[in-house]
Amino acid sequence: MPTADLAAAAPEIFLTFAICAMLLVDVFLRDDQRNVTYVLAMLALIGTAAVTLKFAVGHPVVAFSGSFVTDPASGVLKMFAYIVVGVVFLYSRENLEANGLLKGEFFLLGLFGLLGIMILISAHNLLSLYLGLEVLALSQYTLVAFNRDSAVSAESAMKYFVLGAIASGTLLYGISLLYGITGTLELDKLAEHFATPGGGGVPALLALAFIVAGVAFKFGAVPFHMWLPDVYQGAPAPVALYIGSAPEIAAFALTWRVLVEGLGPLHDAGWRDMLIALSVLSLGLGNVLAIAQSNLKRMLAYSTIAHVGFILMGFIAGTPQGIQAAMFYTFAYVLMAAAAFGMIILLSRAGFEAERLEDFKGLNARSPWFAFVTLMIMFSMAGVPPFIGFWAKLNVLGSVLSSGLVWLAAVGMLFAVIGAFYYIRIVWLMYFAEPEDRTPVGAAADMRIALSANGLGLLALGVFPGLLLDLCARVLGG
Amino acid sequence: MNLPLLSLVIWLPIAGAIVVLQLGSGARAQLGKQVALGVSVVTFVLSVPLYTRFDGATAAMQFVEKVAWISRFRAFYALGVDGISMPLVLLTTFLTPLVVIAGWQVIKLRPAQYFASFLLLEGMMIGVFAATDALLFYVFWEAMLVPMFIIIGVWGGERRIYATVKFFLYTFLGSVFMLVALIYMYFKAGDYSIASFQNLPLSMTEQVLIFFAFLLAFAVKVPMFPVHTWLPDAHVEAPTGGSVILAAILLKMGGYGFVRFSLPITPDASQSLAWLMIGLSLIAVVYIGFVALVQADLKKLIAYSSIAHMGFVTLGFFVIFLATAKAPGTDGARLALQGGMMQMLSHGLISGALFLCVGVLYDRMHTRQIADYGGVVNTMPKFAALMVLFALANAGLPGTSGFVGEFLVIIGSFHASAWLAFLAATTLVLGAAYTLWMVKRVVFGEVANSDVAELTDVNAREFWMLMVLAVAVLIVGIWPAPIVSAMDTTLGALLEHVAQSKL
Repeated sequence: MPTADLAAAAPEIFLTFAICAMLLVDVFLRDDQRNVTYVLAMLALIGTAAVTLKFAVGHPVVAFSGSFVTDPASGVLKMFAYIVVGVVFLYSRENLEANGLLKGEFFLLGLFGLLGIMILISAHNLLSLYLGLEVLALSQYTLVAFNRDSAVSAESAMKYFVLGAIASGTLLYGISLLYGITGTLELDKLAEHFATPGGGGVPALLALAFIVAGVAFKFGAVPFHMWLPDVYQGAPAPVALYIGSAPEIAAFALTWRVLVEGLGPLHDAGWRDMLIALSVLSLGLGNVLAIAQSNLKRMLAYSTIAHVGFILMGFIAGTPQGIQAAMFYTFAYVLMAAAAFGMIILLSRAGFEAERLEDFKGLNARSPWFAFVTLMIMFSMAGVPPFIGFWAKLNVLGSVLSSGLVWLAAVGMLFAVIGAFYYIRIVWLMYFAEPEDRTPVGAAADMRIALSANGLGLLALGVFPGLLLDLCARVLGG
Repeated sequence: MNLPLLSLVIWLPIAGAIVVLQLGSGARAQLGKQVALGVSVVTFVLSVPLYTRFDGATAAMQFVEKVAWISRFRAFYALGVDGISMPLVLLTTFLTPLVVIAGWQVIKLRPAQYFASFLLLEGMMIGVFAATDALLFYVFWEAMLVPMFIIIGVWGGERRIYATVKFFLYTFLGSVFMLVALIYMYFKAGDYSIASFQNLPLSMTEQVLIFFAFLLAFAVKVPMFPVHTWLPDAHVEAPTGGSVILAAILLKMGGYGFVRFSLPITPDASQSLAWLMIGLSLIAVVYIGFVALVQADLKKLIAYSSIAHMGFVTLGFFVIFLATAKAPGTDGARLALQGGMMQMLSHGLISGALFLCVGVLYDRMHTRQIADYGGVVNTMPKFAALMVLFALANAGLPGTSGFVGEFLVIIGSFHASAWLAFLAATTLVLGAAYTLWMVKRVVFGEVANSDVAELTDVNAREFWMLMVLAVAVLIVGIWPAPIVSAMDTTLGALLEHVAQSKL
């Protein structure tokens, strides 16, 4: 095995060793020493980031006989995933401790999930892609059931597992069909095959349908969204935070690798129309059902579904600008989702999860600053400038418009207005209502600072979106 | 010394808002108020040179600032004012200190957030008027909704949540389609500068679609019949300061949008759809005038009167096509356009003043029902004198600012059609009817009840606040020439631009 191959996968290798080392250390720790695992997990993230930077490449490097690729985009996606997972750990620690859930497994499973995300991001072959997906999915199933004494958690983990297994099976079946048609699993060879005239045809469309269904499940796009609200609601808040943020990066990477890099030539004839249907349904159902929710976690689940509709719009355009817009939207969404779940964790205490809408009532009287942070999160999600969510919407809208789908842009905007309602409902509960419980908002300083920075980041990136836009454009080319 | 004046008047209030928020509503609330007043007064002083150093001989943008902002979208932080936007910027900076003063003693609930919201709003509103880049314009335009949403929702009346959500969703719905239109034009023009949109050749179909996208955004803001229904709700439930800003400035955004975007970007669509706009404007003037007549709630009455008066603005803007077609070579179109602009400024002063008057009454009696008043003049003579003045101005009495705009628009309409002018002129009757009848029931007559008998006249704060506006209303009414001449060149250039077909 040439060392160049090892260099390409250096971050993954480092993280794997780090996780193994943590497993060993964690065994010898007493329950009151779990903070050591937390610190080690953070160090592992920092180390992985350093390795990624050290072995960053300026052009795509394909390794392991065409099954693994490192390119500038994968570097950026991975770095973003480290940051998000780090933020998740940071937000979670205190809450886990208060609820007696501070176990080493949370961090280990979180890092295993991250490993899956990284493999998925760098996959250049449908099998390595599937491998990454399963590493991520198995970690998530376990995480949802993490609070083993809670019946709700167990139930939603079961649902998630069964539905997730079906989706994986669907995806795998699609992959096997593709292999039957083309005789290869490598993404660039697939693209080559379908680019030749007569490369498509009905069997290819059949395979495509299965693959798109699998992708849609991972994203949580309608009609493959059923698991999302239950899982968000059933999982403990820190786990919901994890599932709601980092894996969206994986979902983006999955779609980008499979549909754009591998099956790009089938865009016009095949998956574009499938994604249009998914996108419109997700926008419609997500936004409308979110209005009916009284549980904040469920509301955020439906809001996720609606955001997925927008992310898919970028893919629908299919142009480099469109993919960049989808990437930008994914980053923006992940930042907003992390902040929103962070807010729930901030307001939660031992044995109490601030997951009902009423729990946000009168937050302005309890803590004007965090009410303002939540205001920024909500208006950003609604797509109101000057917050980052606005630029994300503007960007996908632009890519859809430039590919001539004016009606889709109009539909998207219409649902954005409907969606604005449930976001501003949170704002009015915070500002216009009096609080039911007047407990001051207390949390560790690191959490408060990180959450404030997260919220202000939405504003700062909203006032100066150029940096992130340029980054997405540079790594994806075009 | 060449200060970036426009940036200063935008960002100084926003920075001031952060300071006020920091001071909080606790022990340092008083200091916060003083900071808010100080900042708004300094902002006004800083905006005065925009007028004194304004060159009325050119239609080009002045006090221009341009810095690269988002290179990816070729969007710039580009500011500038011309004869259309400069008076509106001044109107904003002039009214904000008055609003701060109006809330001085009245606002007990979280005063820091109240004053900070108004300062934020001021900066954003000026940003809307001063932006010469469409993306920057849109960012300010939408961002404005956030503080306004909070203002109505926190300090409003009983049904404030219903009103503020309705306000937010109506305006949000209106503006998202404008965003689609802006992005569409960006792809054609290559950048977001409003000037390049104005010079962009567009086919008739494109123009009509873009026209309607704009219409939705601006008609909701103006508001025009039939999308006006949010306004009475929002006005009635908003606190006094919110009503003042809403009526005096936010409504002007719609009118400003028409002259800045609709007319120059889609001249042919505007021409062929002028009948629709004129029709809707006349409905607003006549029908809403009747609706105003039957209102039992003071604020609602003024809100409907605002819709009717804003109908005059849109009438003036769109009657120019008929006036040019029917009577080419005359001044008709120019007078109508000037009339529309003057009407915006004058309505800003008068409606603001009337809402302040209602606020003065409401603070004492805690009711807005006209039936609860009567004979206020007996107990509040100073206040009554001022209120009657504003009411007469609202009815378009010559010598007040209300007369100038209406008169110019009616003359302009005459060039288009005598019938149009006749219908428009009914406002002089209707306006007088609903305003003076309201004054009769509230101000004059015998003291109606014991509450009115116990009223105390305006204190110094309220007196001077209203007095400043009264002076402004009279000056603009008696000697409008300085403002008209500042706008004249810009409006002339706009007319020439609109007259050239893009097809």
